[in-house]
Amino acid sequence: MSYLDLSSVHLMVSAGRCDPESREWLLALSSTGPAREAARDRLYALLLRIARGEVHRRGGGPFRIAGPESDDVAHQAAADALLAIETKLDQFRGESRFTTWAYKFVMFEVSRTLGRHFWRRPHASMDVEAWERLPDRFGLDPARESEWRDLLAALRRAVDEVLTDRQRQIFVAIVLNAVPLDTLVEELGASRNAIYKMLFDARRKIRVALVANGYADPQGLRAR
Amino acid sequence: MSDWTELDRFLQTDPRDVGCDRAMELLHVYVEMVAADADAAERHPGVAVHLKACGPCSEDFSGLLAAVTEGES
Repeated sequence: MSYLDLSSVHLMVSAGRCDPESREWLLALSSTGPAREAARDRLYALLLRIARGEVHRRGGGPFRIAGPESDDVAHQAAADALLAIETKLDQFRGESRFTTWAYKFVMFEVSRTLGRHFWRRPHASMDVEAWERLPDRFGLDPARESEWRDLLAALRRAVDEVLTDRQRQIFVAIVLNAVPLDTLVEELGASRNAIYKMLFDARRKIRVALVANGYADPQGLRAR
Repeated sequence: MSDWTELDRFLQTDPRDVGCDRAMELLHVYVEMVAADADAAERHPGVAVHLKACGPCSEDFSGLLAAVTEGES
């Protein structure tokens, strides 16, 4: 079984759109037999190294992953990235080095794999409306509550009145419960782009409501 | 005056924002421009705006930039 549109790969190589190293990768991965297997092995080793580095780099983030679990994530991400690369090889246009394009899939797979790990945290929830966390989420000083209390009350009213149910669900999960967006991708079966767009629209609508009620102007938020 | 900069920034939306799909489609090109010190944000303003606003895409960008620059060092 071939994943590849070999004609487009060979067309790009023959048209000289790739640097020499990228050309080698393309030709080896679109070949057959031992040459292809050797290239796959070499690419997997590279992807695994990048995935390990990336999981380590993100270790301090919301997923708090370390030790053997961290290596499992790296292996999973590298394997899934290799599969994605082989499937999409004919989409490589030579606009960057082949390895840069390939490493991009490692980033996507690390994000996706880590997104699934969030629910392993105790007390993780996406539906609880913990409004008391809002000041801390945005670094508001409790000692100055008198200055932001009305603003946050207006924000909460805007969430109640202007958001759709889906926008509200996304807002509550991401803003109040600090659920990572990539975790919602897995949970809701929607794309990252779709969830980002829903949150984008929610942010815009909340701001419009705050402006209409005198809590913001083009320069920014303000006390009324 | 209260410091609600972070909340203000969160509520700001920029119509130039290209969204995750387009930003990730261009990510490998954008990262190489940044690594080469070319003016990536000027060439792709909608991607630059998106990476400032979207945590997950920004994380992918930082990771890819680290991978590419580590390979060069």
